[in-house]
Amino acid sequence: MDVRSQIAMVFHLDKCIGCHTCSIACKNIWTDRKGAEYMWWNNVETKPGTGYPSNWEDQEIYKGGWEKRNGKIHLKGAGKRRGLTNIFYNPNLPVIDDYYEPFTYKYLDLIESPEGEDQPTARPVSLITGKPIDIKMGPNWDDDLGGSQDFAKNDPNMKNISPEEQEVMFQLEKMAMFYLPRICNHCLNPSCVASCPSGAIYKRGEDGIVLINQEVCRAWRMCITACPYKKSYYNWNTGKSEKCILCYPRLEAGLAPACMHSCVGRIRYLGVLLYDASRIEEAASADEKDLITSQLDIILDPFDEEVIAAAKLNGIADSTLHAAQLSPIYKFVKQWGLALPLHPEFRTLPMLFYIPPLLPVMATVKKVDNTEQQDKMNPAAKKWNDSWLYDTSTDELWGTLDQIRFPLQYIASLFSAGDEEIIKETWKKLMAVRIHRRKVTVGDISDEKAAKTLSDAGLTAETADAIYALTSLPKFEERFVIPAAHREQAIEMMDFTGDTKGDTGFGIKKPVKRGI
Amino acid sequence: MYYFDNFLLIVLPYMALAVFLIGTIYRYTNRKFQFSSLSSQFLEGRKLFYGSIPFHWGILFIFCGHLVAFSIPNAVLAWNSQPLRLMILEVSAFVFGLSMLVGLINLIIRRLTTPRLIPVTNKMDIVIYTLLLIQTIAGLWIAYNFRWGSSWFSTILTPYLYSIFTLHPEISAVSLLPWTVKLHIVVAFLIVGIIPFSRLVHLLVYPLDYLWRPYQQVRWYWDRKKVRSTKTPWSLHRPKNT
Repeated sequence: MDVRSQIAMVFHLDKCIGCHTCSIACKNIWTDRKGAEYMWWNNVETKPGTGYPSNWEDQEIYKGGWEKRNGKIHLKGAGKRRGLTNIFYNPNLPVIDDYYEPFTYKYLDLIESPEGEDQPTARPVSLITGKPIDIKMGPNWDDDLGGSQDFAKNDPNMKNISPEEQEVMFQLEKMAMFYLPRICNHCLNPSCVASCPSGAIYKRGEDGIVLINQEVCRAWRMCITACPYKKSYYNWNTGKSEKCILCYPRLEAGLAPACMHSCVGRIRYLGVLLYDASRIEEAASADEKDLITSQLDIILDPFDEEVIAAAKLNGIADSTLHAAQLSPIYKFVKQWGLALPLHPEFRTLPMLFYIPPLLPVMATVKKVDNTEQQDKMNPAAKKWNDSWLYDTSTDELWGTLDQIRFPLQYIASLFSAGDEEIIKETWKKLMAVRIHRRKVTVGDISDEKAAKTLSDAGLTAETADAIYALTSLPKFEERFVIPAAHREQAIEMMDFTGDTKGDTGFGIKKPVKRGI
Repeated sequence: MYYFDNFLLIVLPYMALAVFLIGTIYRYTNRKFQFSSLSSQFLEGRKLFYGSIPFHWGILFIFCGHLVAFSIPNAVLAWNSQPLRLMILEVSAFVFGLSMLVGLINLIIRRLTTPRLIPVTNKMDIVIYTLLLIQTIAGLWIAYNFRWGSSWFSTILTPYLYSIFTLHPEISAVSLLPWTVKLHIVVAFLIVGIIPFSRLVHLLVYPLDYLWRPYQQVRWYWDRKKVRSTKTPWSLHRPKNT
């Protein structure tokens, strides 16, 4: 047993309101530089949708992640042979148009234009060439299902959904969506690290954060292909790859990463997981249907005496062990089994887990007779002459699970490599917690029914209360249990952030001019 | 003429080699952030295929060919003793030279016709393109007009290069060669000399060590086995990894 600690995350998708505050917090701190304008280390996508970069989940195009051949895992589009022979031209590299061409507007024209017949306009200009452009694409072009004929319909997760079901999904009255915030997963089996020919990318031993050494990166661009989540980005100006650093200068000071700190919906949780590093390859090589189980298997119980002893032997600090015992991630992922990795079939063992959304799923749309209700309304009120009812009532729980508004297969394709049973189990638990809490707070559900849903889902009332408390009431310190980094080690914190603003970031003291 | 040859074939090579050595070491140690191939594939990924691939594979084989003729001249001469083998060597070398030229021209056209590439093109890139173009055309010209290059390289240029590297420059034979060959030698040393000032540094860091490196890399700030050991005096020698 080789115990290591990892900073892991849980995003509770039911709580995400799609406000993009996280993206903006991240952009303002890290990527408001030349060459990085197009990068969104944190982005929020509407699902169904093609995402950012366009169709990133389709590994037939981008060849990211690992694939299993003859019982062993290999990088799909990179690796030693491919990496070194494709070094002159990487056939699977996304180009800037797959993201979008960064642009700004000539705002000064609004003020400085001479007086004339027409209103002056602020034309869009490319941030690469500086020339006027026609904007074809931008970040979150498909937000809230905008242009869903072009975007949502082409979602790669649709490929296992029958055309009839798809038809239903896109009827205006029945359309449903949810938001998927994404950052770097800081995987246990990172394909970006494995693909980097110059060895610039590494995983930090102490906390598992994956970083790119900007001084060793030589722009061989293999990590961009290899990362199946497309969370490694190429800075076209400096000729270096960059990625989410999980705000490690903040973490070392005990602060939550900016995206998590600023999260309005408080959907984000961060904490320590202990895992067995000697079994990483075994876990990543499991059969596709066992991938989630095998990934959860190598996450260790921080209360186990044996694990604690092995962790101490490996130099894990007591403060880190303590943080691991309080970790909200351990509870959500391992104890309660509510959070699932995004696309486990990419085999990178991501350390960012998602609680699958229930809200657009559990509601049904019914045709009802609204005349009685409308008669009660004030005559001045606007009357809608449709007869649809968006019904979120939870009376017939297991009935609604079968008549869900969102094809189960769609969610399964995102979070469980297509296994619908795993999603059902999770949903049952989430729903049971709701029914239990409704019984406690409103009391219109009978004790027997609440008890039955809990036992069906394999929960006790205490567990359900604990899930409820950590979901709905957590304080800042409960959402973010950050182990002490021992500030004396965190030399980076000696820097004044203002000095490095607009620069490459912390740590580099040399001029960050583009090479010649 | 004598002084001119001395300058071109002795002074300039030594200057170029000195600049190359000092410059690359300085840049590698002190300006590491600027050590990059500065790939522009991210901005333009289609035309690059027709330029980068033929150019790089061409120059790789041509460079290795020159290296072989320099390091084992007798073996090359022995290989060339049969006309058929000589023809195979010369023709394949010429084909790789042509591939390099085609690739280079495609790369230059790509640079000139893609507006997005202008912000990532600097003066040194233009110098490199010019020198490489002159060098490739001169090389092909020599290979076509002064046959058979692989043989006389081994007998004339190899001793000259040896004499340069062993610090006993001997140019009596080389100075009798046609001016195109001299041009080829001079531009070669010029290219060596500008390596530390250009993106050409990337050829020095071709990541061969990737082949025997484990895929996953984990780095520890502290030596984790020693951090908790009571025998390690924490305050004096903190067990930091280097």
